[in-house]
Amino acid sequence: MNIGHRFYRCLSLHLPLTAILTFVLFPFYWTLNTSLKYERDIMKVPLKYLPDPVTFQNFTETWNTVGFGRYFRNSLIVATVTVAFIVTFSLLAGYALTRFRFRGKQLMIFLLLCTQFIPGVMLLIPLFIIFKKLGLISNLASLVIAYTTFQLPFNAILMRGFIKNIPNDIEEAALIDGCNRIQAILYVVLPILLPGIVATAAFAFIGCWNEFIFALMFISRSDLFTIPVALHSMQGEYDVNYGYLAAGSIIAMIPPFLMFAYVQKYLVQGLSAGSVKG
Amino acid sequence: MCHVILNQIEPRNELGSFFLPLLWGGSHLTNQTNPIRFFILTCFTFNNNDYIGFLFIPGQVAELTEGYKKRGLPYLFLLPAIVLIAGFMIYPVGTVFYYSLHNFFLNRAWANGFIGLGNFRQILHDPLFYSSLAVTAKWVFWEVSLQLMIGLAIALLLNRSFKGRGLVRALVFSPWAISGVLTALMWSMMYNQHMGVINDLLTKLGWIKTNVAWLGGVHTAFWAVVVAELWRGIPFFAITLLAALQTIPGELYESCAVDGGGKWVAFLKITLPYLKETIILSSLLRVVWEFNNVNTIYAMTGGGPANLTTTLSMYIANEAIRTNNFGYGSALMVVGFFILLIFAAVYLKASRFGKED
Repeated sequence: MNIGHRFYRCLSLHLPLTAILTFVLFPFYWTLNTSLKYERDIMKVPLKYLPDPVTFQNFTETWNTVGFGRYFRNSLIVATVTVAFIVTFSLLAGYALTRFRFRGKQLMIFLLLCTQFIPGVMLLIPLFIIFKKLGLISNLASLVIAYTTFQLPFNAILMRGFIKNIPNDIEEAALIDGCNRIQAILYVVLPILLPGIVATAAFAFIGCWNEFIFALMFISRSDLFTIPVALHSMQGEYDVNYGYLAAGSIIAMIPPFLMFAYVQKYLVQGLSAGSVKG
Repeated sequence: MCHVILNQIEPRNELGSFFLPLLWGGSHLTNQTNPIRFFILTCFTFNNNDYIGFLFIPGQVAELTEGYKKRGLPYLFLLPAIVLIAGFMIYPVGTVFYYSLHNFFLNRAWANGFIGLGNFRQILHDPLFYSSLAVTAKWVFWEVSLQLMIGLAIALLLNRSFKGRGLVRALVFSPWAISGVLTALMWSMMYNQHMGVINDLLTKLGWIKTNVAWLGGVHTAFWAVVVAELWRGIPFFAITLLAALQTIPGELYESCAVDGGGKWVAFLKITLPYLKETIILSSLLRVVWEFNNVNTIYAMTGGGPANLTTTLSMYIANEAIRTNNFGYGSALMVVGFFILLIFAAVYLKASRFGKED
């Protein structure tokens, strides 16, 4: 009985889990493997499933010679500035949509939800024309504006949900004690919201970091490329250096993974905690 | 702290009462009495291509606490959002309709001008438009159905208790943080005809004799891209469905077992009905997302070989980025926009979303 049970568990649980993990992790393993090989080893048949000898040459050259240091900086600037804007603006909007009663409130919420139906590809051409008129083509500001606009509606809705869950009494108490509205937000609401804000910021960061098609359309100067565009242009070269490409891929996935590592515990554990409660 | 907040976001009714009447003007949804209340946990919508992840999670409905009356302050708070959304979303969408009625090449200004419905007439006679529609349908169908089925299987597995579950979950969900371009690159390297590991493995297994050009072959290119996109897309469903699974009360399964129901009975009678709304909504969002998704295809095949991987969105992206044919591209966008809108309305209506059985 016990053995049969174990066998069944192995067959129905561990076997499929192993298969899934292999499928999910194999591309990561192979990219890492490629990035640590010398150029000659990458192309050599039979393929080596472990880098031997190991080299970090691809990483240093991708970073310095290929200019990934610069692309990394561009992506980091765009993502950080965008996230700062998104958090600030969505916090303000979310607050207004929760704590105030005013004309056009329902319309505003409706509008925010409607924007979620607008496909990004649809904005490719008109935004390009607008940015051309504004002189923002090949300027990282165009990406900041586009990303902020695109992510703002959802984050505003999200913030509204967060703020709704903070009892109004706390703020009222602060107001009675002599805080003004801004102080009440800064010293009372913000600290409570902080974990939620950090999680949203991390999501927004990943979104900005990974965006490709707008960056491809709006940035034509190669020294302003963001990482996805740079990777794509490396891939399109006549003589593709796979070592650089793999190293670049590994570098590109570090920031979103750090963010993901932080967020996923809320994503995964938080859900079960919520189910117990709900 | 955070998970508490994260779990109490938006009641589903809100989504229903705003989205759905928009789609077909019905109000029957607002007075529904469905006990399962859904919340959007997270979406980061890069509608555009990357991230649209709505998670619908049952939980508690937050009480709406209305605050103080102030005249100008709320508008001041909303000003940045209004300016950005009006200037860089609503106005541009309007101009798409305007441009769609024009001949509009970026580099051939002399030929530009109003041509009425000329672009739309041209679309009707454009073989690539029809083939792109067929590819889109095929792409969306396989992506969404396979992601859903595999995602559901994974969610069921990860819902069981075993050692190291947290780590396994995190690892399985990790491709979700990876961009389409990166996915395309990693898989392109593995698919490579000469140094690709997939050819190597299949040769070792004895399944193929000579190396296959997966991304260049007429028969393989489409499926090669589908698999790469599956890799990145499955976690979305796995996360969403796992979240929903965790809300099913365990007593239901116990009483089912007491009544002599087997695992399959429990799955069909308890699990699936509980997941129904999550499945319907997340599938719809995924359809919209995959319909618009160009990153992976753009970076893997660019729509080739012989336009066999050119979806409508890919066609539009090519018109915009490569040929700079803005007028025709805009007309295609308008068509795509309406196709999606109609699909969403019909789908929600046909699936009887929000109604009690």
